[in-house]
Amino acid sequence: MGQTENKLYVSSSPHAHGGISSSRIMWTVSAVLLPAAGWSVYLFGLSALMVILSTVAFCAVFEAISQLMAKKPVSIRDGSAVLTGLILALTLPPGLPIWICGVGAFVAIIVAKAVFGGLGQNPFNPAMTGRVFLLIAFPGPLTRWLVPSGTGETLFNHPVTAYDASGSLVELGANNIDAVTAATPLGLLAENGAHAVAALENSTEIFIGQINGSLGETSGLLILLGGVFLLARRIISWHIPISFLGSVALFAAITNMIDPDHFAGITFHLFTGGVMIGAWFMATDYVTSPMFPGGKIAFGIGCGVLTMVIRLWAGYPEGVSFAVLLMNATVPIIDRYTRPKKFGWKRMAAAAKGGE
Amino acid sequence: MSTATFDGGIHPRYNKDRSSAEKIRPLPAPAQVVIPLSQHIGAPAKACVKKGDDVLMGQTIGEPGGFVSCPVHSSVSGTVLSVEPRPGAMGSPVESVVIENDYAERLAPMEGLGEDWKSATVDQIKAAISSAGIVGMGGATFPTHVKLSPPSDKPIDTLILNGAECEPYLTADHRLMLEHSDRIVTGMKIAAMALGASRLIVAVEENKPDAVEAMRKATVSESADVVPLAVKYPQGAEKQTIDACLRRQVPSGGLPMDVGVVVLNVGTAAAIAAAVIEGRPPLERVVTVTGAAVSKPSNLLVRVGTPIGAAIEECEGDLARTGKLIMGGPMMGFSQFSVEPPVTKGTSGILLLEHKEINLREPDPCIRCGRCLRACPMKLVPTEIAAAALKGTPDQISAADVMDCVECGSCAHECPSRIPLVQQIRLGKAAVNAARQGKG
Ligand code: SF4
Ligand code: SF4
Repeated sequence: MGQTENKLYVSSSPHAHGGISSSRIMWTVSAVLLPAAGWSVYLFGLSALMVILSTVAFCAVFEAISQLMAKKPVSIRDGSAVLTGLILALTLPPGLPIWICGVGAFVAIIVAKAVFGGLGQNPFNPAMTGRVFLLIAFPGPLTRWLVPSGTGETLFNHPVTAYDASGSLVELGANNIDAVTAATPLGLLAENGAHAVAALENSTEIFIGQINGSLGETSGLLILLGGVFLLARRIISWHIPISFLGSVALFAAITNMIDPDHFAGITFHLFTGGVMIGAWFMATDYVTSPMFPGGKIAFGIGCGVLTMVIRLWAGYPEGVSFAVLLMNATVPIIDRYTRPKKFGWKRMAAAAKGGE
Repeated sequence: MSTATFDGGIHPRYNKDRSSAEKIRPLPAPAQVVIPLSQHIGAPAKACVKKGDDVLMGQTIGEPGGFVSCPVHSSVSGTVLSVEPRPGAMGSPVESVVIENDYAERLAPMEGLGEDWKSATVDQIKAAISSAGIVGMGGATFPTHVKLSPPSDKPIDTLILNGAECEPYLTADHRLMLEHSDRIVTGMKIAAMALGASRLIVAVEENKPDAVEAMRKATVSESADVVPLAVKYPQGAEKQTIDACLRRQVPSGGLPMDVGVVVLNVGTAAAIAAAVIEGRPPLERVVTVTGAAVSKPSNLLVRVGTPIGAAIEECEGDLARTGKLIMGGPMMGFSQFSVEPPVTKGTSGILLLEHKEINLREPDPCIRCGRCLRACPMKLVPTEIAAAALKGTPDQISAADVMDCVECGSCAHECPSRIPLVQQIRLGKAAVNAARQGKG
């Protein structure tokens, strides 16, 4: 008893913490994306690995530079820049020139995030902003879909199903010619209608992801598993992914029913392009999505419907990133109108009425 | 059947195993007690003894300073050394009566109603409770006689005894329910009579099955229901307990009596029984002394006015290993500079956390993850209240519903960015209160 040398730390309650940290969340989400990233490397070899590594590295470097310039502590270790880089990379096609990856990283980290004041302040999803900028600025390279070649660029020799320009299904073996530019399933759909992708409906290829496309678009299954893992760990809630995927499925089902020749079906739309990664990993970005359950559902539906409208009727074959960005802009309004009622509001309202 | 509970809330590490099996044992009275004149919410008591006076154990040494106030009694017999400000549990000094213990245990005359309480009038019962200075023993320290005197337009149909004890680490109420269930039930019956409440509920978190059992046994011959509640923090917060047991939501800005309910802590009920039957004021209380830096975690019966240092010493608490010393529990307790502050009627625990358990990290920016609002039992948006408190005008802060916050700490416990949300919310409340007073 009495005075001790030891200093007692005094602060406001609570004095206990659950232990979760923002950086652990970011790193967990990054880790969950690794299987899908690994799969793209398995499929596309070095051309994929280079895109992933360079985009992540550029994002980390730009984050450090922006924080040094803003005289803030450098927080690469919180994982948020790395995660942005990883997601951005997964939306890019394999074989994209490294400098273009750098431009995308610059737009994502500097333009979309640092300019707004850094983590937590940005209204638009940084990775999506980066991707959409690249798509508009470099439409050629961004839509040149590489198919694995046997020229030594691949790490693994594995056959990949791809579509040539006419929409025929070709199995590309290990010894196939150089990198081929082929259309993605969504490209085919946009150009030639549903019959061109009929072979793909219900095929295991699109489910498992042996198709060409952006790195993270190839394996819907791995992305889905990753998303479910995040759901189980309660890092994300079901509201956004389920309403996003559900509205895509519903939209696909209805259009497919009306005109099956022209519109592809549910599985095709769910498992091609960026819908899976968009619904689980992009639309669920905390900073740029609504906070309240009702708002999350509205946001997810908005993303799903916009994606389908762009896919089916707009100039681009894929619409996920545009859809998410557009919906990002609506978040403040959605949040305003979906705020849950506080505890005790009901009787308060009743009492106010009764009292008058 | 799913267990009764409320919306929101969190699952902190409970750490109750350390002390829950320890029988309540008395801590010898100290050589000197320091009895604060303000151990309750409301006006402080006014000292009615002075330096040099001889006082008896149980003698009134402070008269209530108003209706919402409480008298204060001496917990030992001996001589008044001084009446002066002494370090209190909330950080600032509190006017206190310092008494030198003569260890004679000379009791002041106490007039209880005995078993006659059943035929006593409501006013007699309330007078006994009021003059014993009983307050909410769960830590809220609201004067009990005020709680038992709702205005006539607010009839009370239900009395809930709160044995949830949802604060991590604390096991004082748990032990009390195991060892003194009959006394608690007697207190409940007395309070029910004073209130005219016909429905009696004992609410206990189901992580204390032995306490549920003990209370069931003690109430077999009564018309009371023992309701096991889901294990979730803050299950024992008054409004959440009522919601869980009765599905009645106390209106925003209102009190339990607005929905016909009064909630009393089990310790308060036991104190009521002692006050009414024996005329004995709460001179001691059960305090859980625990934490990683305590070698002998215990539930001690401590005289009011005992410096917490004495209790820590008894339980072999190692202050050199202690990074944070807390009076109360880890969620709502107050951290202390020293071991001087005394145990008061509202002290439920003394917690010694080790250095490695305390958070010294700088907060990260809010990432809008929504964990704080999912945790909030009042269904508020803590991140927005905190932001308003830092940057907003008093009107903006109050529009963010700052006054509905019960400061349970759930939001800050869950925040991955470790933003001191509750601290910011308290600043916001202070700003709103200051503005309201300014307007007069
Ligand atoms: S805002 Fe207040 S009531 Fe809500 S969780 Fe935080 S401290 Fe508890
Ligand atoms: S828990 Fe923390 S980081 Fe998450 S929304 Fe609330 S304040 Fe922001």
